[in-house]
Amino acid sequence: MTADTQATKPHVLIVGATSDIALELARQMAADGHGIYLAARDVQRLEADRTDIGLRHHVPVELVEMDVTQTGTLKAKLYALDPKPHIIVSMVGWMGEQSEQEKDVDQAARIIAANFTGPAALMEAGASLFATIDAPTTLVGVSSVAGDRGRARNYYYGAAKGGFTAMLSGLRQRLSRTKTRVITVKPGFVATRMTEGMDLPGPLVDSADTSAKMIHRAIRKGRDIVYPWKWRLLMTAIRGVPEPLFKKMRF
Amino acid sequence: MASKGEKVAGWGMYPVVRGELSRPRSEDDLRAELSRDGAVIARGNGRSYGDSSFNTEGATSMLRLSRLIEFDREAGLLTCEAGTLLGDVIGAVLPLGFFPPVTPGTKYVTIGGMIASNVHGKNAVRDGAFGDHVAWFDLMRAGGEIVRCSAQENEALFRDTIGGMGLTGIILRAAFKLRRVESGWVKQTRTAHDNLYSVMDAFAASEEATYRVAWIDVLARGRSLGRSILDIGEHATLDDLDARQRAAPFDVRIRGKKAVPFAPPISPLNGLTVRAFNAYHYRAGKGSAGESVIDWDSYFYPLDALLHWNRIYGRAGFAQYQCVLPKENSEAGLTALLDTISGSGRGSFLAVLKRLGPTCGTLSFPMDGYTLALDFPWSKPTAKLLDRLDEITLAHGGRVYLTKDSRLKAPVLRQMQPTADDFRAMRELDGSAGRFSSLQSERLGL
Repeated sequence: MTADTQATKPHVLIVGATSDIALELARQMAADGHGIYLAARDVQRLEADRTDIGLRHHVPVELVEMDVTQTGTLKAKLYALDPKPHIIVSMVGWMGEQSEQEKDVDQAARIIAANFTGPAALMEAGASLFATIDAPTTLVGVSSVAGDRGRARNYYYGAAKGGFTAMLSGLRQRLSRTKTRVITVKPGFVATRMTEGMDLPGPLVDSADTSAKMIHRAIRKGRDIVYPWKWRLLMTAIRGVPEPLFKKMRF
Repeated sequence: MASKGEKVAGWGMYPVVRGELSRPRSEDDLRAELSRDGAVIARGNGRSYGDSSFNTEGATSMLRLSRLIEFDREAGLLTCEAGTLLGDVIGAVLPLGFFPPVTPGTKYVTIGGMIASNVHGKNAVRDGAFGDHVAWFDLMRAGGEIVRCSAQENEALFRDTIGGMGLTGIILRAAFKLRRVESGWVKQTRTAHDNLYSVMDAFAASEEATYRVAWIDVLARGRSLGRSILDIGEHATLDDLDARQRAAPFDVRIRGKKAVPFAPPISPLNGLTVRAFNAYHYRAGKGSAGESVIDWDSYFYPLDALLHWNRIYGRAGFAQYQCVLPKENSEAGLTALLDTISGSGRGSFLAVLKRLGPTCGTLSFPMDGYTLALDFPWSKPTAKLLDRLDEITLAHGGRVYLTKDSRLKAPVLRQMQPTADDFRAMRELDGSAGRFSSLQSERLGL
């Protein structure tokens, strides 16, 4: 990189960086002047994106191989980063096939690991790292509206995300008197690689760009919980449906 | 989603088809599209005006293949994927002291589209068109194979693809030379001219200038026919800047954007408002004559400040007519064109006169001469008027710009552009005719 490559703001670690929202968030934060760590299991896939972000925004961009389901490795991986990130974003998630999870408990366990155990361990490791930094720091957990109420279509995914939402809530309370902020993000449907080919209701689908902007704004403004406004309305309504009625609904 | 289809159109919003925009992320995705039946046409950011960026089935959007790949600062050579927006290129290279060698009037175009249209700017006499600055590109051919094209390698395909309207294959990535600049500012000199002859004299007297463009009041008649405001621009050097600008010469604050929220059922632009606007614009331009230093965005892309400005023409859409006339016939040809337009009373909201120079490319639009560009709300009388303008253009040895076109007739194109037959023959021969087609290529038999 050239001498012009320089971050003007602290580094951000984005885990699960191969997702469309994650890459868009990385671009937006790089444009803002943050140095970027892109972390994922098969992170070598992101070499071209790494080059692109560095060339566009003149900030350092590094790739970090990380598998959040290998929970024992996370702390060491985070402590090895130099410079230390001041923002850690968990974008890890995997919906899988509900019908397979019902029949195969191992599949269900993998969904729990990818959407709850792993991301929760990452947030704990991040909280531990941030305790060593005497500056404002931010943990961002991307959960899902699917965790707000279990549905037949994806209840293992929903259970794991619901668990993660609860974990983030508790962590936020625990760290409320420190310089570390904890943000829960619940995107609705987003047009991404994960949802391509799904039949989703158009008006409720956001672009990856819109979702990334929402997360970026939440980080800048230091929010606690962020939803797209349509989903805030919708989920309030859905949570209010009495169970005898809810169980018969098909959506 | 695919069954209902989405509305696909060019910037002029006429014509419109219901089709599907595929959004490939990789070469493999593109190859998969080419392995299916049906016509394919690559589409950038949809800024060509007419029907060149889609066919009856839709188009292949290149916007997800938009990464910068390499920047060689020593050589000033940038390599990027074809879907990269020009504005993003500027954002990346201007802070390092570089600017695109040639730019059209909007920064919301893709590099692939700039090659396929062989776009020109206000510096065409000095610097040719965009294709003249392209070092190489990779092209995916009908069978899915990828061919590197440059002036040395696959030279014929290089020439056919520059200005080839996406009809030779899918441009994947390209490398092009940038120009060095000392600042993000442009020094502009504005003069007012009472008629066409005066502004043409001013063009003739400024051949060494970098950027030149004139706005014409097309509704002025008689002795005022062709009255114009001419802007001449040069990239500002550090000496041209004031102390504050000089301290951070590339740190240009970009204006906020406004947008036209929707297309009204009937265009607010009619004979009366357009005449008033043109007269006002001429007087305002005359009043602001002189020298000024303005930022690159306001200078090169004034219309980009109003997002979706194409909507002001209403739901029927609009046609842009742009022709070029050889230098020796320009005075007679422009007089005839302006007479016909002002006589029709169908005034153009924006009418622009520029000098063009020779360029490369089999089907390219630019030649050594003058180009006139006009907008008209779409209607039947407009169609008739444009046919009449074709006749005048043809009679003076000129041609029209395919990137703006939605209505030219195939026999007329063949008279204007004698290379069109060779281009079609080449497409038949190498199999691209059966694979790559747009509404425009079907209409014009390209």
